[in-house]
Amino acid sequence: MSDNSSKKPMSEFLSECYAKMHKGNIIVAYKGEINATIIADTLGLIEAKLSDEHVDNQVRKKLYNVLVECLQNLYHHVDIVPGSNDNQGNGTFVLSKTSEGFYIATGNMVKSSKISILKEKIDKINSLSKDELKEFYKFVLNNQTFSEKGGGGLGLIDIARKTGNKLKYSFTPFNDDYSFFYLNVLVSE
Amino acid sequence: MELLNIEGTPKTPTIVLNPSTGVIDIKGRSIPENSIEFYRPVVEWLDEYIKNPQSNTVVNVQLEYFNTSSSKCILDVFKKLETLKKNQKDVVINWYYEEDDEDMLEAGEDYESIIKVPFKMIQIVD
Repeated sequence: MSDNSSKKPMSEFLSECYAKMHKGNIIVAYKGEINATIIADTLGLIEAKLSDEHVDNQVRKKLYNVLVECLQNLYHHVDIVPGSNDNQGNGTFVLSKTSEGFYIATGNMVKSSKISILKEKIDKINSLSKDELKEFYKFVLNNQTFSEKGGGGLGLIDIARKTGNKLKYSFTPFNDDYSFFYLNVLVSE
Repeated sequence: MELLNIEGTPKTPTIVLNPSTGVIDIKGRSIPENSIEFYRPVVEWLDEYIKNPQSNTVVNVQLEYFNTSSSKCILDVFKKLETLKKNQKDVVINWYYEEDDEDMLEAGEDYESIIKVPFKMIQIVD
């Protein structure tokens, strides 16, 4: 993203970010407010759609689990840009299907001050083997106290563990204080 | 002590805590956004129960899905059961999983390695 990104209006900036999230055949795409009702409705919709398709039971369960974590990550971690209006939304996700499996992409604005911590965490997770992830998960489960937001810091570890794939991500600066955080995970089929 | 019966919803499990039989059932889905709030009455009930428990406590956990937020709360529930064990009471955790659900089996094994209470892994056969 070029330096003049900050001069763009937010709607245009987000449209460009969203456009990059599409991959393969889209099953569900959403942008807007992320709340408990939206999450419940989305999960219900996806469950109904998946039962129409011929998806292996094990893959379906894994996908559902990972979706829950991805959507609840959005719910807990979206940062609202001051001055943005509701129509511009504050979170987005796309579930799509390719020959490899199901891609779950999420995007949300985060304070740029959080980037280094988030990046360090994801890079660490991506560097671990299957067994190391299991041990890391158990360590965090047993030792880390709950955050007020309800997240136990386990979401990303769990996503990496269940999918067995690396977490792909990027940060696109919107202005000096906020960036668009994009996360993409593959549930292999 | 009274029986605690929490009815299930699409996001939360059915939970029955029976003080007269010592049987605890947790069944369904546990994917609420705020798990601490949901599990608080369960943890509080257990705090009371362990003061005057049955000689044998059986915990049946049959979850279809649970999120990572619930995983911490489930650990808290299991940690209460460790106290029973320490007090020479019998406790067993029956961890149910569907035949092809390796993730659920593995989740049970994770708890088994952390919690000092006997686990029984039970495969659900249709």
